[in-house]
Amino acid sequence: MKVSGKAHVYGDNVDTDVIIPARYLNTPDAQELAQHCLEDLDATFASRVARGDILVAGRNFGCGSSREHAPRAIKTCGVSCVIAATFARIFYRNALNIGLPIVECPDAAAAIRAGDAVAVDFDTGVITDETTGRTFRSEPFPPFMQELIAAGGLAAFWRARK
Amino acid sequence: MAQTMTQKILAAHAGKEEVRAGELILAKLDLVLGNDITTPVAIGEFPKFGRAHVFDRTKIALVPDHFAPNKDIKAATQCAAMRAFAREQGIVHYFEVGHDCGIEHALLPEKGLVTAGDLVIGADSHTCTYGALGAFATGVGSTDMAAGMSAGETWFKVPGAIRVVLTGRPRRWVGGKDVILHLIGLIGVDGARYQSLEFTGPGVAALAMDDRFTIANMAIEAGAKNGIFPVDETCRAYLAAHGAQAPKVFAADPDAGYARTIKIDLGALEPLVAFPHLPSNVRPVRDAAGLPIDQVVIGSCTNGRLGDLRLAAAALRGRTVAPGVRCIVIPATQKIWLAALEEGLLAQFAAAGCVVSPPTCGPCLGGYMGILAAGERCVATTNRNFVGRMGHVESEVYLASPAVAAASAVAGALALPE
Repeated sequence: MKVSGKAHVYGDNVDTDVIIPARYLNTPDAQELAQHCLEDLDATFASRVARGDILVAGRNFGCGSSREHAPRAIKTCGVSCVIAATFARIFYRNALNIGLPIVECPDAAAAIRAGDAVAVDFDTGVITDETTGRTFRSEPFPPFMQELIAAGGLAAFWRARK
Repeated sequence: MAQTMTQKILAAHAGKEEVRAGELILAKLDLVLGNDITTPVAIGEFPKFGRAHVFDRTKIALVPDHFAPNKDIKAATQCAAMRAFAREQGIVHYFEVGHDCGIEHALLPEKGLVTAGDLVIGADSHTCTYGALGAFATGVGSTDMAAGMSAGETWFKVPGAIRVVLTGRPRRWVGGKDVILHLIGLIGVDGARYQSLEFTGPGVAALAMDDRFTIANMAIEAGAKNGIFPVDETCRAYLAAHGAQAPKVFAADPDAGYARTIKIDLGALEPLVAFPHLPSNVRPVRDAAGLPIDQVVIGSCTNGRLGDLRLAAAALRGRTVAPGVRCIVIPATQKIWLAALEEGLLAQFAAAGCVVSPPTCGPCLGGYMGILAAGERCVATTNRNFVGRMGHVESEVYLASPAVAAASAVAGALALPE
């Protein structure tokens, strides 16, 4: 599977409170959550993001609250992949469970600039910054997680296994 | 091969002799927890796992606490959805506002629903609180909660661990909050990412259960998968007093491998405060005293227990809240609220000019009951001080102990308890 889109770049420790502030957690509706995605970090993000765009961030992306509303908001607003230097563990788990593609790659996270055209090939783990021509290699997921990702999330994976 | 305490609990629940860090396992669950924010999403996912009924209606706990008592129509709708699911599935441990309810992580130990050696997942990041009871407990998302409710088991990546050796005895006005803030300040908000924090050493005996709950609660603020304490007499006495099942005691092997060992002399700690906007921005209160504040919040799953309220009342010492400062006290559960009433603590708070709230997570996550305006500053005994956490993106939260929070309310500024 390959995705490509324009990069939106943020820093370290992007927490789930700024990804989806608690004042919007009075609904489980992903469409409604998506309208407020990243609102407390970048109030213009939700209106600027286009389908397929890629979110790039530094260390410990998605730290804090376990709210699955965060990856759901990111996925539903059209983001095709999150590239970060590292992910907080609950966010990492939630993203795989709901079928939001994520890639851990410190080099790509440090080099990609806002607005760059970026492509990610999940089969090879290669990230290409098409604007600068640079390529980066991410660590492949363990086989179990590759199956989980290929199934599109935990529920589909679980049903297929049983 | 030598194992950590956490690894032994995971191995026992995966039906294995031993597990290694990094290994992926399927493990059986003793308890699955959800609240009024995370459960509605899990209810939506539940049918996708292919079973009509939960795996065991006695092993699921549903707690309306975040936006309950209902803060608005949408919150009421979420609570109603959880209540209906609980009825339909015959969930035994559904708790109703008033009656016997409260903030989930104060409530479950109080109800004896977690014992040493248990494996607990909760769709709330502070589920790691139960590590204070010698259980493996970790926060997950709503899809994991749905999977857990459906199958009674789920996948885990076995964590490595950091050993935190505690020695000495804390001085007056120093407690669990200062211990965990010190540790987070030392290792950073991702210092224990994907790892366990295993607390050990002779200093453990000097910590009351309420201190241990506070410490384990904020393990997630260092990125940890779980925080865990050894099972000692204090822990056994707590479990027995709360009617928990007999403890299943696991202890780390003496030669277990740890990524690193951190030593903390409890006697050398002083009252600390975490400045905005990360729990790792820790400074001694004495270096920050005098910073003017608008609000104080004493409560939450981190510091809303009876021991915390007693400490806050002691720091107030009959004085009153400074003019212009709002001091909001939130006993974490109905039982704690009632005990605080009977001890006269609530009357002391009210007479001092505090407002006493019913149990709720409320302002901790910027829900309601104490939201901050732009430019406002709050000293809170809660767990996170991220941008916008308690309200406006230009508001500020300073994390501290109940003693520092109460002293600050009196001073109208960040202050040391005297």
